[in-house]
Amino acid sequence: MVAPGGKHKRFFEVGDSDENKSDEGPKKQRKELDPDVEKRLIEAKVKALPQSNENTDTIKPKIRKYNRGERLSVKGLKDKKLKSQLKTKEDLFEKSALTAAKVEQWLLPSEGGALEADDGENTYDYTQEDIVKNVDISSAHKAFDLRLPDLGPYTIDYTHSGRYALIGGRKGHLAVIDWKTKYLMMETQVKETTRDIKFLHNEQFFAAAQSKYIYIYDKKGAEVHCLKEFVAPLKLEFLRHHFLLVSTNKAGVLHYQDTSTGQIVANYSTRLGPCRVLRANPYNAVVSLGHSNGTVTLWTPNMGTPLVRMLCHRGAVTSTAFDMGGSYMVTAGADARIKVWDIRKMQALHSYMAFQSTKSLDVSQKGLLAVGSGSTIEIWKDAFQVKQEKPYMKHKLFQNSTIQDLSFCPYEDVVGIGHTGGVTSILVPGSGEPNFDSFVANPFQTVKQRHEAEVHALLDKLQPQTIMLDPQKFGAVDKNPRKNLREQEEEEDESKKIQGQKKAKRKTKGRNKVGKRMAKKQLEAFGTKRSIIREQQQQQKQMKGALVKEREEPLPRALERFAS
Amino acid sequence: MKVRVISRSEEAFTRERSQDVTKVFRNLDPRLHPMERAQEYTRALNAVKLDKIFAKPFIGALSDHRDGVSCMAKNPSRLNCLVSGAMDGDVRLWDLAYRKTVAEFPGHNGAVRGVSISSDGDFLVTCGDDCTARLWELPAAEIGEVSGGVKHCEPVMVFQDKNSFRAVDHQWEKKVFATAGANVSVWDYNRSEAMTSFSWGSETVVSVKFDPAEPDVFVTTGSDRSICLYDLRMNTPLRKLVMQTRTNAVAWNPREPFNFTAANEDCNCYTYDMRKLKFAKCIHKDHVSAVMDVDFSPTGREFVTGSYDRTVRIFSYNGGHSREIYHTKRMQRVFSVRFSGDATYVMSGSDDTNIRLWKAKASEQLGVLLPRERAKHEYLDAVKQRYKHLDEVKRIDRHRQLPKAVFKAKKLRQEMTEAARKKESRKRAHSAPGSMPREAARKKRIVAELE
Repeated sequence: MVAPGGKHKRFFEVGDSDENKSDEGPKKQRKELDPDVEKRLIEAKVKALPQSNENTDTIKPKIRKYNRGERLSVKGLKDKKLKSQLKTKEDLFEKSALTAAKVEQWLLPSEGGALEADDGENTYDYTQEDIVKNVDISSAHKAFDLRLPDLGPYTIDYTHSGRYALIGGRKGHLAVIDWKTKYLMMETQVKETTRDIKFLHNEQFFAAAQSKYIYIYDKKGAEVHCLKEFVAPLKLEFLRHHFLLVSTNKAGVLHYQDTSTGQIVANYSTRLGPCRVLRANPYNAVVSLGHSNGTVTLWTPNMGTPLVRMLCHRGAVTSTAFDMGGSYMVTAGADARIKVWDIRKMQALHSYMAFQSTKSLDVSQKGLLAVGSGSTIEIWKDAFQVKQEKPYMKHKLFQNSTIQDLSFCPYEDVVGIGHTGGVTSILVPGSGEPNFDSFVANPFQTVKQRHEAEVHALLDKLQPQTIMLDPQKFGAVDKNPRKNLREQEEEEDESKKIQGQKKAKRKTKGRNKVGKRMAKKQLEAFGTKRSIIREQQQQQKQMKGALVKEREEPLPRALERFAS
Repeated sequence: MKVRVISRSEEAFTRERSQDVTKVFRNLDPRLHPMERAQEYTRALNAVKLDKIFAKPFIGALSDHRDGVSCMAKNPSRLNCLVSGAMDGDVRLWDLAYRKTVAEFPGHNGAVRGVSISSDGDFLVTCGDDCTARLWELPAAEIGEVSGGVKHCEPVMVFQDKNSFRAVDHQWEKKVFATAGANVSVWDYNRSEAMTSFSWGSETVVSVKFDPAEPDVFVTTGSDRSICLYDLRMNTPLRKLVMQTRTNAVAWNPREPFNFTAANEDCNCYTYDMRKLKFAKCIHKDHVSAVMDVDFSPTGREFVTGSYDRTVRIFSYNGGHSREIYHTKRMQRVFSVRFSGDATYVMSGSDDTNIRLWKAKASEQLGVLLPRERAKHEYLDAVKQRYKHLDEVKRIDRHRQLPKAVFKAKKLRQEMTEAARKKESRKRAHSAPGSMPREAARKKRIVAELE
């Protein structure tokens, strides 16, 4: 798999908690950090800017956040010019990370949400009513139930700025809502089974996977396109940086289509049956599919076979979700388990038990995990790094309606739940990113800004070829290019050939019988085993002897008879 | 229980009135900017493509001369002022902003070979094949469009010599200038006879240039393939470097005043350190015919060359190959080039009687830039710099349409150099080890260094 890049290393450094370090005495700490050049540099720079009232220890983890990978070592370089250029570059990167960390207190003024329990209580004891009572009135309005019992179950999707919500009922009811003001922008009835809905690059367009084709509608509900190249779609996903609409269907085909040009980018058969689980990793735009045989496959449009195929569950995979930093994947299966995976190492981290099969999963911007099964939704906090014992929050839907889909609203402390009885929005303090970037996603976007953003998004559209497992590797030098690998392989083949020839020469009549060969193998195996055992025995003997010798010397004579 | 949820009031995040500045919020957290490398690459790619679209370097031609332009001089104290001399003895003062002749300096019989303006911008010296150097007073500067037609100026002083002059240059401090011809002479404004005269060998000296930083030092090049260094405080020349081919012109680097670049007949330019003439600091290759003139940008980071192959090229001061090539269908042999005083424009005077005005950066946006525009340009430049090694960016950025003749000549030269290299390597392979020592390319063209 992919070797852990600089970014990941950094992550683990953050993980081993700087708070512990600060607990140690100042002397020891200084001693420990003295050789750390980076630290000294930072200290010098902090001293150079006296207006800052933050000290080094508080700013250091912040700097780590903005550092992209470790500092490049220029030790072995002979080219003086290149060396100095690289050094200047690295200094510049360090400086920019430092500046970013320093301006954080002004750039990021808003504090995130939080929920703290009183003594003797747990956060999951609090109901939505309790929370709603304790928040301001505008936030209280964000928790609501839309009772739509006839056309469900509903799926829900938010725009990437979190301002608009798109809901789609299974029986063809589609609506776009400015959900904070509860203003209904558009409502339509397509009179067809609608399995999934997804916003495209902004709130102006959305795609709906209907019984036969994928349709694209505009903000007024007018049908703009019908994508007839792809039949019986089940799930949709939109990669907004690439303008790619990804979909899977009943035949188990994965389909990538460019929504800006209409071009079909890729069409791959998974050969694993109908695929109802599709989720894109926001970190690298790699798409994960969950299959009925319990495997999860990761895909890019550049390869006809999955990048990764991992057996995750003993039943069908029911849902997957990704952490925003691209480090963790969560999968849920029909075996009533939820598993957390480190997708840099492709390792299982924890496994959580559920009482019933989970229908839907989602991870919030701040790393909260929402698990929807049956009519209950559980929110887990810090569930990736450490295995948690208790959930952070719980919520039970009204009238025991069954969850179909859930989605955290970006930049808000809200999770939207689509279920058989309609749509529910609940407050989850601490789930959303409190500070938005106007150039990434602006919840208060004006029409003009939207026009501008659309043009820029199209100009910055990434080509499908840029999707890769480790996006930090983009533009980096391939140290093991395929050409070299091929040469190596050829060399190995040749050497094998030569060895094979030698063996062929040794062959004599009658030695190639199957039985004899097996016998010989066993003998060899046994022989090697025997020799190993012998060695071990000898070592043990020697050890014993050594022990005895050691003992002999210090024991007084009178006690010798007790030692055996 | 303590609860805090994200709650944003619209008033705090939007502007009050439409006249107000739009509120912008930034969060530099890398998690909010995924795939930033791919994004930057895309921007770099778009930027180089846009550069190609906006690359319209030719601004206009100054076309009043009736014969080939042989020499040009820029006014050190004024940006819009250029003096040019032609092969028919015509000398003109130009207003670059309006691309019009301001004044004429009639008097020379035969080609004008050198023009030079004093560092205060008041006086002009011209010299030519008629064995005279003439001192003129430059007309007072006018702002705005020229009124009252073209002025005809009278020389203040005429300096007579036995031989024709080939070049002239002013000293940067005093009212003193040096001429090149059969020998190198230094003149004072007030004396009709030369103050001092230097000669080293009997060949003609073709160019002369004073060092802007060390005012008494100047360099000349001769038709005996020499580059010669002089000091006014001494009676004899300092040093002489003989190369395999003739050097047509030199230019001092204004920011690294011990370095000068020599335009050579062998299609290359050579940058030398005045203190170490044993080898060139850098060889600038790309022209396919003799380089006729060279001039440094005032920033000292770039220089422009004009060549007999009908092209103008711009090189980095330490770059082996040119960054830019300018050519038009009608432009003939380029005899003189100048960088403008603000490093934004390039002037080229050629055999087709025109002086052409080019932008130094082909796709640069001229005029006053808004701060946001400037920031955008800076960002794109940085991104281009970062991804310049990637194939697609490199290919688009480097591609230049060449005239057919230049393209063919380039191919031919490549073949020739490759053949020579092969021949040498084979020779080396078949001779005794160590009998054919490798010679550095930077030393190869140097014949001798004399003191």
